Amino acid sequence: MSDRSKVYLTAATAAAMVLVSTVVQADERYRPVKDPVVIEECGACHMVFQPQMLPKKSWVKIMDTLNNHFGEDASLDLKLVRHIKEYHVNNAANSRWLNGKFMRGLSDDSAPLRITETPRWIREHKREVPQRAWSDPKVRSKANCRACHKRANQGNYDDD
Amino acid sequence: MSTFSTIYGRLLLIAILTTGQMVSLSGLVAAAPLQENIARYAAEEKAGNKGFIAFSAERGRTLFLSRPATGKPDTPSCTSCHTDTPLAVGLTRAGKEIAPMALSMTPDRYGDDKKLEKWFRRNCKSVLGRVCTPLEKGDFLTFMSTQ
Repeated sequence: MSDRSKVYLTAATAAAMVLVSTVVQADERYRPVKDPVVIEECGACHMVFQPQMLPKKSWVKIMDTLNNHFGEDASLDLKLVRHIKEYHVNNAANSRWLNGKFMRGLSDDSAPLRITETPRWIREHKREVPQRAWSDPKVRSKANCRACHKRANQGNYDDD
Repeated sequence: MSTFSTIYGRLLLIAILTTGQMVSLSGLVAAAPLQENIARYAAEEKAGNKGFIAFSAERGRTLFLSRPATGKPDTPSCTSCHTDTPLAVGLTRAGKEIAPMALSMTPDRYGDDKKLEKWFRRNCKSVLGRVCTPLEKGDFLTFMSTQ
């Protein structure tokens, strides 16, 4: 076998392994957030949403308008803002060569501000979740993923 | 010859000691205990109010339980999120649990002055629609320290 074909073979094997691992993890799993600053600052008010759930432009917009964050003043030191923004942009739905699931129905230019406004989220919740579930006092808000997805903090959104 | 016997070695030693002290000093400033923060607010209040004598836990309680409704419609009072007792676990609008406000329940809550200012800034704006005065902050903390 020539050196060149060896390289091709290795590349093909690597690609196949990536595909297989993607298929194996095809259910609703996301990398849990491990950054301590993100956990501390974002997690003070709401669940620490995984950055893979919105495009890069969304996170930039969110981090640039923290003084009015869904009606709350969530402003932070510029240093913290920069850190959190960078983390989210680097891990956003379209941060990798292959787009994440949350880019379905969205373009690189779109910047929805709520995960609950993405086509992916809407489709996943439309049929399965009855309207009355949202008004349950234990749910309180659509941002409260953990009301139903008990392991959401670990990035596990398998149906509960 | 030991490392610190030369002139450069001594300079290095001084540098190490000074840096160490600066680090521990900044640590102290960042994590001033609750009483130091209350004293700071007292000094601030005194500067603008000659008649100021002391903070009052009772005024703090009244502030905590009041319903000013001059801020955001979703948060007319402190109790909207924190419940009407500082001993209970609260809930944010986004459904995240908030540790009890009472010092006895959450002893590490009021140590960090930066954090303290951050939350007064945010939550006074949410509930009152303005920043809190040093008197309000001091009364509030005094009340929480008795709980």
